[in-house]
Amino acid sequence: MSEAVPKLRLTGVRKAFGDKVVLDGIDLVVPAGTSMVVIGGSGSGKSVLLKCVLGLIEPDAGRIEIDGQDLLTLPREDRARARARIGMLFQNGALFDSLPVWENVAFGLLATGRVPRSEARSRAAEYLEQVGLAASVGELSPAELSGGMQKRVALARAIAARPDILFFDEPTTGLDPIMGAVIDGLIVDCVKRLGSTAVAITHDMASARRIGDQAAMIHRGRIIWNGPAGQLMDSGNPMVDQFTHGRREGPIQMELRR
Amino acid sequence: MATLLDAVAATGRAVIHACRETGKVAIFAASGISHIFRPPFYGRLFLSALLEIGFFSLPVVALTAIFTGMVLALQSYTGFSRFSAEGAVANVVVLSVTRELGPVLAGLMVAGRVGAAMAAEIGTMRVTDQIDALSTLSTNPMKYLVAPRLLAGTIALPLLVVVADILGVLGGYLISTVKLGFNSANYLTRTMNFVETMDVASGLAKAAVFGFLIALMGCYQGYNSKGGAQGVGAATTSAVVAASILILAFDYVLTEMFFAR
Ligand SMILES: Nc1ncnc2c1ncn2[C@@H]1O[C@H](COP(=O)(O)OP(=O)(O)OP(=O)(O)O)[C@@H](O)[C@H]1O
Ligand SMILES: [Mg+2]
Repeated sequence: MSEAVPKLRLTGVRKAFGDKVVLDGIDLVVPAGTSMVVIGGSGSGKSVLLKCVLGLIEPDAGRIEIDGQDLLTLPREDRARARARIGMLFQNGALFDSLPVWENVAFGLLATGRVPRSEARSRAAEYLEQVGLAASVGELSPAELSGGMQKRVALARAIAARPDILFFDEPTTGLDPIMGAVIDGLIVDCVKRLGSTAVAITHDMASARRIGDQAAMIHRGRIIWNGPAGQLMDSGNPMVDQFTHGRREGPIQMELRR
Repeated sequence: MATLLDAVAATGRAVIHACRETGKVAIFAASGISHIFRPPFYGRLFLSALLEIGFFSLPVVALTAIFTGMVLALQSYTGFSRFSAEGAVANVVVLSVTRELGPVLAGLMVAGRVGAAMAAEIGTMRVTDQIDALSTLSTNPMKYLVAPRLLAGTIALPLLVVVADILGVLGGYLISTVKLGFNSANYLTRTMNFVETMDVASGLAKAAVFGFLIALMGCYQGYNSKGGAQGVGAATTSAVVAASILILAFDYVLTEMFFAR
């Protein structure tokens, strides 16, 4: 086979909560070393999709492959090992409020048990600096930070363990435009320099074009469009166009009215 | 007829729900216990849980024990004086405190204080995705959050009950000597001669079980809470209520085991 095995491949992933179908056969391929931007309306199941891959939600059907191995059929330990290589930035940050900021950032490093606390602390300071926060912020507790600062700490925590695959759930929501651009740059940097593969959920089209190589739109539980991120604004798909241009009139609203 | 069937169906549903919940708690407990014995171990978290459950509950448990001992002495004195058996006050106090009231009252107080706090803390972590974040950072939340608390609960409560036993007897002694005019040396000799190792040991064994149950219900309810602040509130209430009922039920079962021949 000449074609390289994709880093992440989802085939027919389905998930329903009760009789509410959230994912209705998702097919998505993310080649290694690229970043995929996922867009879609609020409540369309983007966060659920990432949580299925992370094993936080058990999908009802489908295949989730990392490096060609189907996670859902792997033995439990291999599955945990495969998933340990995924870093995740949660939509609301999900910082551990019982720990100071620096321990949050260094959590993944400390969890390996191979990095002494003193070294983890200085590494945490480096990552904080990368996301535009002074090392002194590391001594604060997460509750003492503004929402945007929490987001940046969460980002630092996600990249600190240098995972192969990075998931970002709305990384720039709640940040000012300049910091948003900085964070986007950081994500691009992670992907290019560390060779990670990224999947980012975003509602911010400028950010989507900066981060993404590829883009996909999810609607009613399916991927309805998939293409280069540069084409997001003129994809030719009426639903995508309506979404990216934020038009009130269009096929998506017609459906909601039914 | 239809209402009768409805009632039967509702009862059946409740029973099935109770069975399912019991099973879930049992599986949760088994998983938590198994993580206590498998590395990695979180010693730091265990110590902070021990401090929280044991040390910071001392004032509450101490006050409860002293007043209980005092009331016991008064009540048994008024009761026994009708049969001119006032001398048995010392026996009643030490037996009730070590076998029953020490562990049960300490358990109930700690359930209110610590069980609620555990459920609220873990519940908040659940609804803010912190538990999910733990597993994405190569950390098993059962091992990180639950196992240290289960172990700390099981160890802390017997230590608290040692204190409660001593203070409960002290409370009875104070009332008996200061208010009821008992001879101090007599009272103490009577207490020491009467109490057996088994009385104290069974109380401490009960305490270990109660401590485990408190931590288990706090962790279980918090871990499975959903739906924001309201869900966390409900989890907190359930944790305290469930732990209190379980303490009383297991108290009966354990008493039966230890003393019924
Ligand atoms: N644990 C759960 N139990 C029941 N329903 C859930 C659960 N998690 C998500 N859902 C439902 O799944 C749907 C998709 O949720 P999801 O969080 O994935 O949306 P989203 O696409 O990330 O939206 P947003 O852009 O607003 O973050 C929602 O309707 C939500 O109610
Ligand atoms: Mg979301």
